[in-house]
This record gives sequence, C-alpha cells and structure tokens, in this order.
Amino acid sequence: MNKEPTDDLRNFHQAKWDEPIIYELSTPGERGVEVPSPSEEVEEQVGDGFSEIPNNMRRENPPNLPEISQHRVVRHYTRLSQENLGVDVNVDIGQGTCTMKYSPNINEELVRSPEVAGLHPLQPESTVQGVLEIMYRLDQFLRELSGLDRFTFQTAGGSQAALTMISLIKAYHRSRGEDDQRDEIISTTFSHPSDQAVSNHKGYRVITIPPDDKGYPDPDALKAAVSDRTAGMILANPEDTGLFNPRIKEFTEVVHQAGGLCAYDQANANGILGITRAKEAGFDTCFFNLHKTFSSPHGCGGPGSGALGVTDELASFLPVPLVEKEDDRYSLDYDVEKSIGKVRGFLGVTPVIVRAYAWARSLGGKGIKEMAKTAVLNNNYVMRRIMNEVPGASVPYDTENHRVEQVRYSFEKLAEDTGLSIHDVQRKMFDYAFHIWTSHHPWDRVPEPFTLEPTESYSKAGLDEYVDTLAHIAEQAYENPDVLRNAPQRSVVHRIDESTLDDPEEWAITWRAYKKKQDN
Amino acid sequence: MAKVGLIVNPIAGMGGKVGLKGTDGPEIVRKAREMGAEPWAPGRAVKALQPLKEVRELDIICYPGTMGENEAKEAGLNPRTIGALPSESTSDRHTREAAQKMKELVVELLLFAGGDGTARDIYSAVGEDQTVLGIPAGVKIQSGVFGRTPGHAGRLAKKFLEGEISRTKKGEVMDIDEEAFRDGSVNSKLFGYLTVPDSESHIQGIKTGTSPSENYVQQAIAEEITENMNTETIYLIGPGTTTRPVMEKLGLEYSLLGVDALRDGELLGIDLREEDLLELTEEGPAELVVTPIGGQGHLFGRGNQQISPEVISRINKEGITVVATPGKIASLGGDPMLVDTGDTEVDDALCGYIPVITGYREQIVYRVSS
Repeated sequence: MNKEPTDDLRNFHQAKWDEPIIYELSTPGERGVEVPSPSEEVEEQVGDGFSEIPNNMRRENPPNLPEISQHRVVRHYTRLSQENLGVDVNVDIGQGTCTMKYSPNINEELVRSPEVAGLHPLQPESTVQGVLEIMYRLDQFLRELSGLDRFTFQTAGGSQAALTMISLIKAYHRSRGEDDQRDEIISTTFSHPSDQAVSNHKGYRVITIPPDDKGYPDPDALKAAVSDRTAGMILANPEDTGLFNPRIKEFTEVVHQAGGLCAYDQANANGILGITRAKEAGFDTCFFNLHKTFSSPHGCGGPGSGALGVTDELASFLPVPLVEKEDDRYSLDYDVEKSIGKVRGFLGVTPVIVRAYAWARSLGGKGIKEMAKTAVLNNNYVMRRIMNEVPGASVPYDTENHRVEQVRYSFEKLAEDTGLSIHDVQRKMFDYAFHIWTSHHPWDRVPEPFTLEPTESYSKAGLDEYVDTLAHIAEQAYENPDVLRNAPQRSVVHRIDESTLDDPEEWAITWRAYKKKQDN
Repeated sequence: MAKVGLIVNPIAGMGGKVGLKGTDGPEIVRKAREMGAEPWAPGRAVKALQPLKEVRELDIICYPGTMGENEAKEAGLNPRTIGALPSESTSDRHTREAAQKMKELVVELLLFAGGDGTARDIYSAVGEDQTVLGIPAGVKIQSGVFGRTPGHAGRLAKKFLEGEISRTKKGEVMDIDEEAFRDGSVNSKLFGYLTVPDSESHIQGIKTGTSPSENYVQQAIAEEITENMNTETIYLIGPGTTTRPVMEKLGLEYSLLGVDALRDGELLGIDLREEDLLELTEEGPAELVVTPIGGQGHLFGRGNQQISPEVISRINKEGITVVATPGKIASLGGDPMLVDTGDTEVDDALCGYIPVITGYREQIVYRVSS
C-alpha cells in the first residue's frame, strides 16, 4: 500500500466518470427541448416561422449535432468538469506565463446581464452608447498605464495583437517607401514564440537575440543584428524568465537609430502595471492581454482581447473603426487615413472589455500598482523558498536581483542526480491536485524547465501548499524514485503516448476529424 | 521485446589516462599498459547500462568477455552472447565484426562504449542505416554520436528502447589522425554520419507547437539559402548534414564530407581541395555556406581544413553564411562557436557576433570565439 500522502499534504484523488464523447451519447430523435408548433391563430397571422426563410438560406441536410436530452447534457458536462483541474479548484500557479489569477465573479455577473449579453454587433451606434463609452474610457485608462496615445480592442488575443503590431510596422514602412528594403524583425530568445511566428507570417526574416550569461538579452548581439534592413523589434519585458531587461531604453534607441520601430509584447505585464510604461522605454506600439491580466479567464478558457496601443505617429494606421467622442455622444470612425483595414469583425470581444473596465475601475490607479507589487512579492517569496527548500531545483541566470512576475526554474540537477525528468515530477504533482507546466520555449536554454507565476491572487497558505508539495516530491525523487517513476498513482489516466503529438495525421480536434481519421 | 546490441571497446580511453592522446594501434595499447593504464571503458559501460535494468523484456546481445558480456553481467543484466573472442587482445576488427553481426540480427539500438575511433569502426561496419548510440569512453570526443555522460547515454537508450523517443537524427563521426595528434598537430576529419536517437524533438513544447524534425528544419534552411542565391556568385558549400540539403534541393551531385561548389544552379566541382577553392575565388565573387559541428561548435578548423585561412580571407566575413538547426544550437549549451583555422589574424576577424540561419527566414545572432 502506498503510504502517501504525508500528513501535511492534500489527500486528493481525481474523479473518473468513464464518460463517453457526447456524440457517442446521441440517440436519434432524442431532444433537449421540444418546441411546440404555433397555434392556428398565430400561424394565420405571422406564418409558421419557417416558410419565410429563403431557399438559398436553408440547409439541405440538418447539421450533425448530438441528439440528447437536457438532463443528460447537464450530467455529461458536470462529470467532465469534475475530472478537471483549474483555477477555480486549485492553486494554479504552475501554469506560468499564463497568469492564472482570480477573475472576480461579480464581473462575470455583469457580462452575463442582459444589458451586455443582449447586445448585437450590428446594432446602430445610437443604441449602444453605453458599451462605446466603456471602450472609450478603457482606452483612456490604458493610455495612462502605457503612456501611448491610442488603443484599439479589435484584436481578440495576444498573438493577434502581436501580428497587428507587425502589420502596423509594415504599413508604416510602406508609407515611407522603405518596405522592400526593411525585411527583418528582431526578437529575443525568451520572448513569446508568437512574436517570432507572427513576424515570419508577415514575410519578415526574424533575427533572434540570445541571452547573455545573466539571462538578459545581449546588447552587443543587438548591435550586430540591426542594419538598414531592420523594420523593427518585437519583444517581451520582463521576458519568460521573469527577468526585466534594465537596458530596454538602450535597445529601443539602437533600433530607432537604424530606422526601425519597437513593438512591446506586454502579455507578461501583471508585475509591472502602474510601475513602468511602454512610452518611457521607447516603444511605438504595445499590447496588453485584457484576459488573464485584467480579469477574464486565460485565453484557452475563452475568448480574449489583446488591447493594442500606439503612439500618435502610428494612430493613423490603426484598424477601423475607432471609437470617437463628440460632446456626450460616441460614434464609430471608419475614416482612418492609412488604416490597415480590419483585423477582425466588429469592435472586439465585448465581455472581456467590460470585465477589464470593471476590474480597472474597482482597483483604480493605486490599486493596480498595489496588485502588481503583491504579484512580485509573491513571486519572489516562492522563488526564495524553492531555491532553499526544493532539492534539485535551481534558478538559471541572475539571482541577485528580484524576478518580476514569474520565474523559469530548472530541474536539471534533479534529472542528473536521479535520472528522473520534469515530466515525472509533473505526473506526481497531479496526485496532489496541482499542475506544473513543463513545455517551455525554448527547452534548450533551460533544461527540465518549469515556470511558476504566483500572481497576486493566492494567499501565503496557498503558495506554501504548492511549494511544500513540490519539495516533498523532489525529496521523494532522491529517496524513493520509483514513486515518481510510476506516477501518477491517484490520477485516472496513467501515461499517454506523446510521440504523435506533432503528427497531423494523428490529430483529431473535432468529432468529424476523429471519424474521418479513424476510418482511414 | 527490446533488442539492443552492446559493444565495448575495452581499451578505449586508456591512452589518455597516461597522456598518450588516444589508443589507436596495438603498439600504443601495449605502451599504455606498460605505463600503468587501467581499462576505463568497462566502468563507463556498466554505468550507462544501469537504466536498462528497468526495461522490460530486454534482449541484450553482446560479444563475449571484455567486449560487452562482462559489463552487461556486472550491470546486473542477462546478456546473450554471440561470436567468439580472440584469445588475446581485441582490436578494431572485432568491433567492426560485432557491429555487422548485430545489424544482421536486427537490433533496435546498437550501444557502444568507446571514443571517436570506435565510432569510426562502427560507422564503417553499419553505415547510416542502423540506429546507434555512443557511451563516451574516449580520450577526446569530437563526434556527435555520444551521450553527454554514460548516465545520459543510458537514459537516452532506455527512452528509445521503450518507445518514448522514436525519432532519429544524423550525428557526425569525427576523428583525428592520432599519429599527427601525438606529434602535436591537430588534424581532424569528418568520416561520415551515424544515425542516433533524437532527444531534442521529444522534449519540445506543446504550447508553442512541437519542434519540427531535424530533417524538416534542414529543408527549411536549404530553402532559405537557395532562395537568396544570385546568378553571379560562386557558392562553396561546406560539409555537414545541415548543408547537404542545399545541394539536394538544387538537384546537384555532392560529396558527403567535402566542399562542393556551384554557380547559377550549375555544379562547378565536388570534394574540392584548398587549391581548387583558391582558384574558384579568383573566378568571381564567392560565398561560403558552413555549419558548426554539433556539440562542440567548431565552425572552421575541424573537419573542413580545406577551407584554409587563405580561402576565408578571400571570401571575407560578409561572404560567410553560417547555418545550424535549433537542435544543433541547443547542443552547444550556450557556448560560442569556435574557429581554429591556424591563422590567428583570420580567427580574430571571425570572432564576435554573426548571424546564423536557423530556418526559413529565421536567424539567431550567435557568438564566435577562438
């Protein structure tokens, strides 16, 4: 009998419902709601409700949806939710870079209210003055937080905002007749890989600046990288290591001197809001993730919003429409001189914008700064505990200075000492209802990596529980490695074959794809 | 059933222990023994075999006695022996013979303990078709076919045998002329490529999209190189698995280990000597495409000595394009790429930051040092 857990740690066991895919529960003819036919009287007056639909808008075949009663649907999804881990049931600091913090439930109520949920994106301006005002005011708020001059909410996530920043840079150079010549974008090793991917996607050659021995992007490498082919630079600061590049102003100056523009990926902004700004660091454009940082579940849990800001010089290139205010009326301006057009339908993801506004108003300027400081304090508390108490764990690069909102740690020593890997630690963490995320770009720089981002949301007790568990598991790796080697013991899926994860032939994201590939 | 072959070169590394720089040839082995050298490789092999004890249904095939059987038994494994050992000391011939037989028996992985010379023997016996992995036990190791440490090699072997890693990549087989080395001059050569388990692709991220295979990245690099070629320039393509796809993409014949040249899609020569290269640089503008050696990072001075300081000076730093897959960059562990052309002035001029092509429209700025 496995004697774990120790007295101090949580005695968790994952639920298992052995629940089929919802399509497998489908019974032809089974219905959630039977919609009654209209009465004769109603039908005489307004028709049957279907005949009016033009033929060209009618499906020839019904969509392939599961046919299943309401109660069975409720049971199905409740069961799945019980098998899940997430920010509402555990201390979710192991998903570093994702800022898994608490999104106040009251904001959820707000966006589900009929006043917000009932809006339609094609409503006339005069009937959506309220939401336009929220957008206008949130724009003002973000201007203050960034120092930049104008924001758009059209982009629905961080990567889309990064892509749009690169599109703006391209449009800027095109307007000056330099687009053909400037075909290179500079980024850094520890910036989010999307920054490089979106630049590639726009046709740029991406030049990556590696870190120096202390983990900061190397200014000499930057100087070697810039030339009259430089269109711009896109990077994060703090980077994914949690290190803040103190010479960032020097970086933006070098790029500006070469004629390039500077784009700031602020997806990691949770620890610097109200403390440092894009403008003072010399950036021409930046984006914030309104999801995760400003009260909305992190992207994979729902639609996001990558609020994108620019200086006045770039404002005339922004996507349309922009919200304008004249006297007390708000309107949509489609007449933006050199606009890159639209990057997405309509104005943006309204619920995320409304939550962000509510969150910003509830905290105010001082509260936001306090939030950032708390997140940094929590992070450095966890870092010191891990450095001192978790055997085999280390903090690569500079440990003299504080880290900002997160730290990328390494279990390289543990792996060398025990032959186990971070994946084994991860499997054991699940046995205590914790997640520790292992897949960090770029793996080669920090071997056996994990990234913890404590945020401001968790209590000291919550953080301690996480670190205590991690320390216990690391001790077991040395004392009783078989426990990790055979982990998980209290989860319901043992080990999965990951070898086909990068083989598109083996993917099935949808039921249709599954059926198709299964038949092949 | 996980079928693995094991070959131990019992004398590997002995010369180094007594300052002889390598153990090639019976004379040196005798000398090393006289000087008190103890066998080194067996202990390294036993260490590497430890993780294999956890592999279920392991079928480990060895040559008798000191060539693997003893080590497997000492590690607590139950080996199956084949072949017959000579009455006295073993030689490179036995390594080759054992490797061939194990390949015929269709082993999933051929583990060998030794140094660069052993890797060369294995290569000459099995070529590129057999997946192999070296347990480092040599005096100096330059080949990219070994685990970083015996323990690392063992863990990698375990993962491969258990199917946790299934990808393979090509690693360089490098060796030096030991006779020249003992006389004080370094003259290393690239002898070919062995197929080894690819641990990098296994560990890459899921959030960021998984890392494409080495082969895919090499194709992307070749695309980047060929797309930017102009019709007037002579391109000298250095040795390496990363540069080879450039010639393949252009449909040109190429040498496996030498420097080839082309202009405007036409082949100008393969496996060129220094004199040929110098002659070509006089014919018109010339550029050079080279890749560092995985693991140790030599850009010039190892395995491509035909690209002499004189050739490099004529082409200039601006005319040199360095290519490397992210996996190869990772194998350098943050250490700089190295130049050792034999001419300090040329080395100094090459030092500093250079752009390195790592994919299609992807570069990293990387440090070069002498």
